[in-house]
Formats: sequence, structure tokens, C-alpha cells
Amino acid sequence: MSEKVLMKGNEAIAEAAIKAGCRFYFGYPITPQTEIAAYMAKRMPKIGGTFLQAESEVSAINMVYGVAGAGYRVMTSSSSPGVSLKQEGISYIAGADLPALIINVQRGGPGLGGIQPSQSDYFQAVKGGGHGDYHLIVYAPASVQEMADYTIKAFDVADKYRMPVMLLADGTMGQMMEPVELPEVSANEIEKPWAVRGTNCARPHNIINSLYLKPEQLEKTNFDRFEKYKEIEKNECLYEEYMTEDADIVLVAFGIAARISKNAVVEARKQGLKVGLIRPITLWPFPSEVLNKTADRVKGFISVELSMGQMIEDVKLATECKKPVRLCNRTGGMIVSPEEVVESVKKLLSEVE
Amino acid sequence: MVVFKKPKSLTDVPLHYCPGCTHGIIHRLVAEAIDELGIEGKTVGVAPVGCSVMAYDYFTCDMVEAAHGRAPAVATGLKRCMPDNVIFTYQGDGDLASIGMAETVHAATRNENITIIFVNNAIYGMTGGQMAPTSLPGQVTQTSPYGRDVNTVGLPIRVSEMLSALDAPYYIERVAVNNVKNVKNAKKAILKAFKNQVEKKGFSLIEVVSTCPTNWGLTPEKALQWVDEKMIPYYPLGVYKDRGAEAKEEK
Repeated sequence: MSEKVLMKGNEAIAEAAIKAGCRFYFGYPITPQTEIAAYMAKRMPKIGGTFLQAESEVSAINMVYGVAGAGYRVMTSSSSPGVSLKQEGISYIAGADLPALIINVQRGGPGLGGIQPSQSDYFQAVKGGGHGDYHLIVYAPASVQEMADYTIKAFDVADKYRMPVMLLADGTMGQMMEPVELPEVSANEIEKPWAVRGTNCARPHNIINSLYLKPEQLEKTNFDRFEKYKEIEKNECLYEEYMTEDADIVLVAFGIAARISKNAVVEARKQGLKVGLIRPITLWPFPSEVLNKTADRVKGFISVELSMGQMIEDVKLATECKKPVRLCNRTGGMIVSPEEVVESVKKLLSEVE
Repeated sequence: MVVFKKPKSLTDVPLHYCPGCTHGIIHRLVAEAIDELGIEGKTVGVAPVGCSVMAYDYFTCDMVEAAHGRAPAVATGLKRCMPDNVIFTYQGDGDLASIGMAETVHAATRNENITIIFVNNAIYGMTGGQMAPTSLPGQVTQTSPYGRDVNTVGLPIRVSEMLSALDAPYYIERVAVNNVKNVKNAKKAILKAFKNQVEKKGFSLIEVVSTCPTNWGLTPEKALQWVDEKMIPYYPLGVYKDRGAEAKEEK
């Protein structure tokens, strides 16, 4: 086992990516994730890797597309406005079935918004931020350790399913320091016979492409891709349950909001309220099954979010509105407090009891 | 005895280009250069969005289809992870000089060791003939139906001249393919652009003044004349940047 070191979340992502065998990073400065680029700028040249500050986020994601097409592990990182710019490239990467990792350390929006933490890119991340029919696998880490762990897992999953994966963090997760253990990773890379590395005049040419002018062909590639997505929904969904066994009210929250919600659960329990937490770790695929089952035995749900309420729609869909679902939120860079969450629990209890 | 045959680096797929369009000639010249340098097996091409979007079907090397204008960024990614492979992009004027200008300029100023074949026919062909950044003053297109009005949309961009103002790029030349002599010169330039890359010299861009008989509303023959009469006077042929020659002179 390796030693624990104190690191910022952003640095943990960068070092974990290197451990996972990523040797290509393309980015553009934007707060609050620039530490990732700074870390890569220092480390990559020393290990034979490439760090390149692109002229824009648009270029950075297209450099990622190039390296991904050649079948090497590659990543980019940005924050909300920058991730909007990357959406074109992400759609092409999804359409060409290429593995890549995109990090979004979210800040408040819309527009230039602010530089404080936010979770308001949930829709963009899980509903397909770019054009066309596609999904990303989306991990929502809730500690610096998880920033590292899910970065490593993201590369493996991206390779396994040949698709882009997003790590959806936020400014808090990126900036806060916690002890983290960076595991030694054995090279997990798989054969990529589809990659463009030159034919060596020994095979027909490979083509990395997302253009299908015949509608029946495009429909078929989309059908096939969604068959793959069904497998992913079956195999890759991750969540954490906390004190839900006897809960009357279940909080649903991810990332930093889940950490706050955990404190709220402890506080509520001290006051004699039976509260639990379901924390989606993958936002797509969304842990719908556990939420649906839970809905049969609890009195209601509260979606705790740092946005105007985006995940709440998926909670309602997952629970088929069998029980009331309320929102407890702050947005624009403001952070919801455990006390506010407990208050929202009391309010909901007063409605349902 | 066979004296004229298809280059090895072109597939047997029939080209989709319009009659009289010079994309076919330019494809052939690129393929000949790849054949002559013996680099087919290690070359990766990047196709643009535009008329040559399906170039990925026509070259036998590995190919990537890029988003509109992004080919130099995609090529940068490819080159950075495979420095010993040969990476080229094949782009039109809308792709390279309008939506992809940032990618073009920055690849050039990084002296990215790639080869860009830039086909300038002064119009957006694929979408049916709209005004391009290189459309000539007064040129009638679907989106400049009264002729390109320089007072409202400005003057054309001379890409080779503009990029030559940068210190970094290694080689920039403008050629044409409207007659035998020009085709021969174009071949030499394209070959040089690939050779530069093999020798790790850096960024080479060959601007090829081309035709679009369909959207110019001219016969193939008249289109070739229009290149001589209108295009080349605005876009003079020649070498605009040759850091290899500059270095020799300094010695």
C-alpha cells in the first residue's frame, strides 16, 4: 500500500491520471480547475508525456479526439463555461466511439457565472450536453480520495466501452485538501485494433468517423450504441446508501452536497428524526432501481443540490412519484448548510405525517 | 507497358466530386507524394468538413474525420502521440480560414510538425455555394447574391501571406492546378511539404488555388480560365515562407 499524502482534489485527479497511464493532457486555463493543468505542465515532461496548453477549449477537446483516435489514454479538464465549449468535441468523440476522460470542476452559471462551486451542469453532463443521441458515463466523486479513485476507474471504463467518460466534480472538491492514497495501478490497457496508428501496409485502413449519410446506417449505429448503454446501466451503476434501513425521509445528493447531507443525517438523527442518504456515485447510469425500491418504504425524498434543482427530475422519474420529492438547494456558488437540510426534512415530515 | 496508373495510396472508390472540380487532381498529388516517400503505412490523414469530407474513403492510409475547422487540432493530438508517423490535414477555405482560423494559426505558430493541404476555391462548395472568407470582392454567391460587398463583409483573407507573418511556421507555398505547368509545381510543393515533416522540420502548408465550376456557374474549362484571370491575380502563386532557405541564406 502506498502512503497517504495531503493533496488538493485537482492535484489528486492529475496524479491519478498519470498513475492510470494517461500521458497526454490538453487544457486551457479556467478557475477553479487550473491546478490540474499546472500539475500536468510540471509532471508530464518528466515522464515522457505531453502537456499542451491549447488555444481554446475547443482545440483542447479536438486534440483529445486525435489522441483518442490513435488509442492512447488522454484527458482534458475544464470548468463549466469551458466544458460548454468542449461539447462539440465530446459529441464527436461519442459519435466516433472513442475513449477519453473529461473533467468538469463545476462553477456557478449560466454564462460566465461565478468562480464558486456549483452543481448546475448536471443536465449538461447526464442528458448529453452536445448534439445527438449519446451518453457519457458520469462519476460524481465526494472526496479527494474519490477524485483519484474514479479518475483511474474512468480510464478503464472508457477503454472497456469505447466511450467518453466525465468526472463531474465542483470547485469545493477541486480546491479542498484531504489525505489521499494513490494506488499503484497495473497497466490495464486493452488492445485497440480500431486505432489509427498507421496501417504498416498490413491491414485495410482504419477510419475514425461519426458521419453516416445514409439514415439507416446512422440509425443502426445509434441503436447499437444504445444496446451498449443498456449493458452499462446493468454493470456500472454505483451508489452509496447511508442509514436508509429505517429511514422515513431519504436525502438524495451527490458530490459535495452529499457530504453536507451526511452531516445533516447525523444531526437529524440526534434530533430523533429517521433520515438516510442515497448518494449516486454514477450520475449516468443513475441509480434508479434502488431509489424506486426505497420509495416503497419511506415517506419522502429530498434532493439536495447546489443548483436550481436538476437531479430532482431524475429522482422523480426513478421513484415514479410514489412519494413526495422536495428540493433543498442553494445555487450560484452558495453552499447549502446541514441546518438548512434538517429544516427541509422537518418541513417535509410535517407535510406527510 | 503501363505509363500512367492510379497511385497506390488512393483507394478504388469512385470520387464523388463534381465534373471539372480539381479536388481529384489534388488528391492524386497527395497520394503520389505519399507513394514516392514510401510513407503510406505510417501516414494518418485528417479529413475536414466540406466537399472533401469523404476524403477518408479515398486515401488508403488510416484516416480521421474532424469537426468543421478542427483538423489542425486533431492533427496536433495525433502528432503529439505519434511523432514518427506522418500526419496531414486536407481542408477547404471555409474549414481552414473561417471556422478553423484559430486552430490553423496556433498550429502554425507552434510549428507543429504536420502537413496541411489547403484547398482554396473561394466558396463553400458542399453546402451549395455560399460566400467564403476567400471569396473575391464582388463575387456572386448564394449568400452574397449582389456580389461580395467589401464595405459590409470586408476583404478576402490571404492565408499564405497572413501565416507567413508568423515567425514559427517552416514552409508555406501557394500553388494552383489549372494547367500542366502549375500541376507540376503543385506536385513539387506537396512533396516538399511531406518531406519537411519526415525530416522533422515543422509546419508546412500548401495552399492550392482550386476550382468550383458547379457553384461558380462556369464550365470546367471556363473555371480553369477564371483561376488564371481572377484568382491568381488576387492570390499570387509562390513560396511565402521557407525557413530552410532563410537558414541557408544566413550562412
